[in-house]
Amino acid sequence: MSDLFDDPAPSDRPGQNAPEFTVSEISGEVKRTLEGTFGRIRVKGEVGRVFKARSGHLYYDIKDDRSVLACTTWKGQISSLSVVPEEGLEVVVTGRLTAFGGQSKYNMNVDEVAVAGQGALMALLEKRKKQLESEGLFAPERKKPLPYLPQIIGVVTSPSGAVIRDILHRLRDRFPRKVLVWPVAVQGANCAAEVARAIDGFNQLTPGGALPRPDLIIVARGGGSIEDLWGFNEEIVARAAAGSQIPLISAVGHETDTTLIDFVSDRRAPTPTAAAELAVPVRLELLGWVEQQGARLTRGAGQAVQIRRQRLNDLSRALPKPDTLLETPRQRLDQVSYRLPDALIRGVDRRRLKLSEAAASLRPATLRQLVQGRRDGLKNLSSRLSLRPIEREVARQGDRLTQLAQRMNALQSQRLQQARRGLDATGRQLEILSYKATLDRGYAVVRHGSDVVTRAAGARGADHLRIEFADGEIAVHPDGSDAGAKTVQQSTAQTSAPSKPAARKPKADPGQDDGGQGTLF
Amino acid sequence: MTDTTSPETPVEELSFEQAMRALETVVDQLERGDVALDASIALYERGAALKKRCEDELKRAEEKVAAITLDAKGAPTGTQPLDAG
Repeated sequence: MSDLFDDPAPSDRPGQNAPEFTVSEISGEVKRTLEGTFGRIRVKGEVGRVFKARSGHLYYDIKDDRSVLACTTWKGQISSLSVVPEEGLEVVVTGRLTAFGGQSKYNMNVDEVAVAGQGALMALLEKRKKQLESEGLFAPERKKPLPYLPQIIGVVTSPSGAVIRDILHRLRDRFPRKVLVWPVAVQGANCAAEVARAIDGFNQLTPGGALPRPDLIIVARGGGSIEDLWGFNEEIVARAAAGSQIPLISAVGHETDTTLIDFVSDRRAPTPTAAAELAVPVRLELLGWVEQQGARLTRGAGQAVQIRRQRLNDLSRALPKPDTLLETPRQRLDQVSYRLPDALIRGVDRRRLKLSEAAASLRPATLRQLVQGRRDGLKNLSSRLSLRPIEREVARQGDRLTQLAQRMNALQSQRLQQARRGLDATGRQLEILSYKATLDRGYAVVRHGSDVVTRAAGARGADHLRIEFADGEIAVHPDGSDAGAKTVQQSTAQTSAPSKPAARKPKADPGQDDGGQGTLF
Repeated sequence: MTDTTSPETPVEELSFEQAMRALETVVDQLERGDVALDASIALYERGAALKKRCEDELKRAEEKVAAITLDAKGAPTGTQPLDAG
């Protein structure tokens, strides 16, 4: 670096044993020398690293394959740059060399940047296009439809020149409208910033205000070289157009020139004149159309009445006259009244005929035949009337009775036998239980008349007694003095049942009893 | 521009294009002849109003060209007539 001012230094102070410089002195000398020697220069190179400081100043490098030149553009100078340096861009920068003593560095203050050659410009344009496209600013769905008939058209262009004249001319031809022209520089360093500001400015106007907001914007410029049109390739212009709420037509250059704004505008017109055509319809055609619609309207309304009138006429014609309406019924009445008297006579005749027909069949023979028929029926029935079924029934019932009687007898005898067997068994039981069995064992029963005498006292008083033994009875006449038997009788007198002594007594004279008994049997 | 103009919308509130479309619809309806007679009268009246609206809009074809004047900062300050020839 020091090589640079090795050369001038000796020329300033040739061959002296110079006194020492202070650092600031030599820095100031270097700065002066640099600025004075080179003056305003142009340097071509590729933009290297770009840094925009918070202060607004722009620092960047211009380089070739071996060297690097530090460049500075102050904040106030940036707006006048026609191209803002971007890394990789081939540029020609214009400015002055200067030095910055604080760091022992020199640099170039650049106040103008130009793109070096068309190829570089196109490459830059392509790069921006890709960038904006990737952000979706070219998307078809972003495009707003143009108003059919805008009330106010805002034109962003140069106020002088052919472009605004062409637009106004074509507008006047088609449909005169209110036009607001926002004057801008259409080329040069200020172009992009002014165009972008104009688009934003139109959007910020209030509808119907003192400065009414347009409902359509045309951004227009005539043809020119790519450098002339370059302002419309700037990103700020493209972004302003994309951000416009008002529909925007771009018409920059000729048909073959395509600038960045054309991709983001809502419509692209090939020329400014074409932009005017896109902006408004043709008034006379519309007037004609309205006239035509008016005529159709009147005709249509008239037709509606006409058609109904026609229909009414047709229907009225089809409606019959009252006379004709009555003709037929009247004729029928006539006919009927003519036929009425005859009808009565014919009616009587017809009934008479029916009577005679009915009377003809009414004869005694008919009745007789009827009676005969009934009689035959009776006879038939009588012949079938006989006693045999009843007799058969009686016989059947008789048999049944006999059967029942037999069954009854059988059952009865069976029952009798059963009863007898029961009686026999019971009788035997009775025999076993009866006193008669005890008679066999020697006991006897003494009776006075039909009463059983169980006490000697009773027997003593009786005139005769009957004594029953097992094989019969004997009659005795007690004398009432039998004292020997007294005690014996007393001991056995407690029970009615025959006692042993009593039984022994009859045993004492069995011979007596045999005779008596024998006579009894 | 939407086509959602109901027959009740006052004619004055329609844009030119909407009025045009409405007029076209009215004419079509009348020409088809399938509208009841009293409705067709109302329809005709609306059609006539729409036509007038369109005509008025077309007659108001006034040309007025102005250039915006800017202050030093580039902000709009007003207008001045522009004669671009």
